[in-house]
Amino acid sequence: MGNQLHLVVASILLGIGLITTQASPLQTLPLSQQEPSQRQPSEVELIIGESIGTQPRFAVPDFISLTDDPETTEVAQILAEVLWNDLDFEREFYMIPRDTYNTIPAARSMTDIPFDRWREIGADGVVIGTVQRTNEMVQVQVRLFNVRGQESVFSRQYTGSARNPRLYAHTIADEIHQNQRGLRGVARTKLTFVSDRNRETLIGPVDNRTIKEVYIADYDGRNPQRVTVNRSLNITPSWSADGRAIAYTSYDRGFSDVFVSFIYEGRLETPAAGNAKEQNWLPAWSPNGRQIAFTSNRDGNPELYIVDIDGSNLTRLTHNPAIDTSPTWSPTGNQLAFTSDRSGRPQIYVISVDGTGIRRMTFESYCDRPTWSPSPFNEIAYSSRTGPGHDIKVLELASGVVRQLTFGIGTNESPAYAPNGRHLAFTSTRSGEKQIFTMARDGRNLNRVTRVGNNEMSHWSY
Amino acid sequence: MRCHIGHIDVSKHSWSVRLAPFETNIAMQMRLTIQQIMLCSLIAAILAAGACGGNPPPEVEPTPPPVPAAPPPAPIPAPAPLEPPMAVQPEPIVEEEPLIVQSLDELNRESPLVPVFFTYDSSEIGPDAQSDLQRNVTTLRQYSSWVITVEGHCDERGTAEYNLALGERRALAARDYLISLGISEDRLRTVSYGEEFPFAPGQDEEAWQLNRRAHFIVTAQ
Repeated sequence: MGNQLHLVVASILLGIGLITTQASPLQTLPLSQQEPSQRQPSEVELIIGESIGTQPRFAVPDFISLTDDPETTEVAQILAEVLWNDLDFEREFYMIPRDTYNTIPAARSMTDIPFDRWREIGADGVVIGTVQRTNEMVQVQVRLFNVRGQESVFSRQYTGSARNPRLYAHTIADEIHQNQRGLRGVARTKLTFVSDRNRETLIGPVDNRTIKEVYIADYDGRNPQRVTVNRSLNITPSWSADGRAIAYTSYDRGFSDVFVSFIYEGRLETPAAGNAKEQNWLPAWSPNGRQIAFTSNRDGNPELYIVDIDGSNLTRLTHNPAIDTSPTWSPTGNQLAFTSDRSGRPQIYVISVDGTGIRRMTFESYCDRPTWSPSPFNEIAYSSRTGPGHDIKVLELASGVVRQLTFGIGTNESPAYAPNGRHLAFTSTRSGEKQIFTMARDGRNLNRVTRVGNNEMSHWSY
Repeated sequence: MRCHIGHIDVSKHSWSVRLAPFETNIAMQMRLTIQQIMLCSLIAAILAAGACGGNPPPEVEPTPPPVPAAPPPAPIPAPAPLEPPMAVQPEPIVEEEPLIVQSLDELNRESPLVPVFFTYDSSEIGPDAQSDLQRNVTTLRQYSSWVITVEGHCDERGTAEYNLALGERRALAARDYLISLGISEDRLRTVSYGEEFPFAPGQDEEAWQLNRRAHFIVTAQ
C-alpha cells in the first residue's frame, strides 16, 4: 500500500511531436458521446475505437523484461495478466484472450512491434510495456498503441518498490480508463470485509465460538491483510472517505462498540464511547469523513445516532419503539437510508440528516442493509428476502423501479457499491461457505473475490 | 511481611543513599525483634498448651498456613473393614461446594442457567421461555452475588445486520422478564451477537430453533 506513496508517476510525452500537451476535453468523453472526428491531416487520434457504439478490442501481451533474470520475467508476465483483468473488469474494452497471442512474435522493445500481426487477430489497441529492475526498485514503462495508426496514444513511466508488482498494473489500468474513457476505474480500490479464515475461537466460557477479524484486500481479493488482531468478534467494517481508516463493530471488551482503526497509523478510537449498558454497532462513515452514523441501545431500544469522529456532537436521529438500524449515507450527506421494522417487518426508510422527512421506500417481505449508490447513479441497493434466502435488489430513486440483481442461489446479502457505482460487492453462500463476490450493477460479470474460510460484510473503499 | 517497604521506595532516589544504612539498621533491628518475639511466643505457646486455653499472641497466627486440614480427618479412617452398610454420610455438602469455587469459565461450561428460546423473527417471551426464566430466577436467588450477561442470538435466516438488533431485542426481553420477577437490574447485562455464534451448526429448523435464543453467562460470582 505504501507503494502508492512511493510511486513516482511520470507522464512522458512521446516523440509524436504533433500531440498537444494536454488531452482535449473530447478525450475524456466516453466513445459513444463523441462526434465523428473530422481529423486534420496532422492530428493523431488519441482515442482508440473501431466505430461508434462498439467496444474497442485490446490486447495485453506479456511486458518486455529488460533485465534478464527470472524474477523480472515473472513480474513482466504478472503485470500483463493483472492489467488484462483490470481492463476487462470495467467492460469498456473487448479484451482479446491472452492465450490467442501465442503465434505473435514478442516485441523486444517499443520499436519492433508487429502491428500487422496484431491487426490480424483483430486488435484495435495493444498495450506494450517494459520492466526493468535496479536494486530493490522497479521501473515500468507502458504505451498503448493504436494498431491501425501504429502510433502511441498513451504513455507512462512508473518507478517504485518491487514489493507489489500488481499495483503497477492497477495504476496503469486506472489511467488507461481515465485517459481513454473518462472513467474512474476501481483497480486501485480496496475491499474491507470480515473473515474467520484463521479458524480461531473466542477465548471465553463457551466453546466453539469462531471469531471474525477485519481484513482488507485489493478489489480483486488479492493482497489480503488483517486489520484487527484482538481475537474477538469484529464485524461490519466501513471505510472512511479517504481510505485511511476503517470503522467496525467489535466485541473486544465483552460488549459491542464502534471502533475506528486508522490503519496506517495504528491508532484506535471509540467515538461512540460504549460501555456494558450503552452499546453501539454498525457504523457508517459520512461522505465528508467527519461523522459516523451507528445503531445504539443507549436509550433502551436500537435507534440511530450520529457522532463526530472525535466523539463530540452526539445526536439521536430516530425516535421509534421499533428497531432502527443499518444506516447508509446519501452521497451528499444530507440524507440517510436505514432499516426499520416499525411496520412490523424490516423495511428500508429514508430520513434527512436533521431527523425530519422520514419516508418508507420498500414494501416487501423483509429488507435490510441499504447501501446508497455513489453519484451519478441515484439508487439504493439492499438485500431482500425472496424465499428461504435473500437476494440483492436495487431501488432506483427517481423512478421507484426495483431491479433484482441476484436470483436465489444461496443467500445474497450486504451489498456495497464500488466508488464509481458500476459494481457491487456482496456476500453469497452460492458456493457453500459465505464468500465475497462482485458483480456489475446490472447483475452480470460475477467474480468471486474470497476463497479461504467464511468472508462477509464487505465494504468498498472510496 | 517484615520487609521495610519504606526503605525500598526511598532508595530509588539518589538522595536516600545516605539514609540507607540507618534504614538497614532499623530493618535489622526489627527483624531481630520479630524473631525474638516469635521465639518467645513459640515458647509461650508450648507452655500454654500444657495449661489448656490461654491467649496466644497475634504474631503466632500467620506462621501455620493450613489450619483446618490437619486435625479432623484422623478419626474418619477408623472404621473396621468388616462393617457392611451405613458408611457414607457427609457427601451431599461436598457436592454443592465445587459450584462456588469453580472458575467462571468452568461454571459457565456447565450452564447453570438454562437458555430460553424464541419463535421465528420474534423477541416475545413465550410460555416455555417463561417457565425456563422462572427456573433461572430460582438459581439467581440461590446465588445472589452472581452478575449475569444475557446474550441475544438469532438463526441465520435473517440478515446479519438486522439480526444484531433482533438479538438485542431478545436479550432485553429476557432481561426485563427477570427484572419483573424481582431480579435486580444491577445484576443483569445484555449483549447481542446476532447470528454470529450459532448454538447448532445445521441449516434446518431443528438447528434454527436452538439458535434463536437468549443465553445466560455468569460474568461475576
